[in-house]
Amino acid sequence: MQRLDYLKESPSQTAGPYVHIGCVPNFCGISGVYPEDLGGVMRKPEARGEHITITGCVWDGTGTPLRDAMVEIWQADADGIYPGNEPRGQADPNFAGFGRNPGDQNTGEWTFETVKPGRVPMPDGRLQAPHVTFWIVARGINIGLHTRMYFADEEAANAEDPILGRIEHQNRVPTLLAEPQGQGAYRFDIRLQGENETVFFDV
Amino acid sequence: MSDGTFFTRDRGWHPPAFAPGYKTSVTRSPSRALISFPPTLSEQTGPVFGHDMLGELDDDLLHNYAAPGESAIGPRIIVYGRVLDEAGRGVPNVLVEVWQANAGGRYRHKKEGYVAPLDPNFGGCGRCISGEDGSYSFRTVLPGPYPWPNNGNDWRPAHIHFSVFGSGFAQRLITQMYFEGDPLIWRCPIVNTIPSREAVEQLIAPLDMNRTIPMDSRAYKFDIVLRGRRSTMFENRPEGN
Ligand SMILES: [Fe+3]
Repeated sequence: MQRLDYLKESPSQTAGPYVHIGCVPNFCGISGVYPEDLGGVMRKPEARGEHITITGCVWDGTGTPLRDAMVEIWQADADGIYPGNEPRGQADPNFAGFGRNPGDQNTGEWTFETVKPGRVPMPDGRLQAPHVTFWIVARGINIGLHTRMYFADEEAANAEDPILGRIEHQNRVPTLLAEPQGQGAYRFDIRLQGENETVFFDV
Repeated sequence: MSDGTFFTRDRGWHPPAFAPGYKTSVTRSPSRALISFPPTLSEQTGPVFGHDMLGELDDDLLHNYAAPGESAIGPRIIVYGRVLDEAGRGVPNVLVEVWQANAGGRYRHKKEGYVAPLDPNFGGCGRCISGEDGSYSFRTVLPGPYPWPNNGNDWRPAHIHFSVFGSGFAQRLITQMYFEGDPLIWRCPIVNTIPSREAVEQLIAPLDMNRTIPMDSRAYKFDIVLRGRRSTMFENRPEGN
């Protein structure tokens, strides 16, 4: 029999405790190499749509905040278009779509200043609810964790979201909902383990 | 733009989240099953970084933190390779970020307590963007092994950390490169989170004497493989999307 010629994906390894050196060097005091840390600014003041903040923390199985995590997010602009390699058209030039945040070194808390994303279609045309993709790495995390944040104040859209609908244990859906705090602020906590373990995805 | 959905990730090839030999994973590993869904635009798209973000010395760790006229101390090496996907195609225009300890095994980080000295001319970070055929390279010093608190006497093999963006966010990968012949590789609890020896071998860079620059630098080859992509993203799309 002939052989299939595929390669294997490079196995993941933990980002370790010093991920900041490579990914946000200015944050950890290595200045003068890059002018700024990647993913630090997601939107310009002129960016279209509702300007929001997303604040949260990553918690381990004992309820301790991770102070050495790096959180990345990726999302569509206010019209539901992804910046970059998007086949449907040009996204808002004042919006980057990508954010990276190492969190506070004492509290582990991070804040993304972004815009509320528009709805993005599934391949079959059904609309997804507004959401933000999260990717989390840290010491002790052997392969980056993918999850999604939805907005608790988008009840109607969430109710018809095809991805949320796939979650067998619907009582876990609230782990993906960011709670509005007023004035465009949202709170989203990520729990790696335990009773309210966040839903993570194999995308 | 000729990209489609991704090959399913072979989770058995990667380390499991819960790997008690690496103690920190115990409380940081999700215990419930991951939920699968077919990739959507949210996973198929990803941030695009242009060459204009790169500084002249970003791929030169020997000099990007050094005082003018100085250079980092340690064995000089070139690390080169290609970013490929599982179908063997080069993945162009992807950002590759690296970080590492200095030649003595010491990181420039406030949480780092190893007695080995800092090198005033070595920062420990670098980056580059893959070319049209997926090729990339940078130069640096050979990092030293270092001890870490896990069991009583664990030492990391010499390694370079790699962060790689693909063409879609579902390809996002962080891994580590090891060096041919290092006896610490097979003793390392972090390496040993990887289930098979064959998969570990994929992270070990061979010495390449043909790429070595005489009287200057040795060369190590490290190819990085990202998830494969199927056919064109939108060839099957319904009208109107
Ligand atoms: Fe390391």
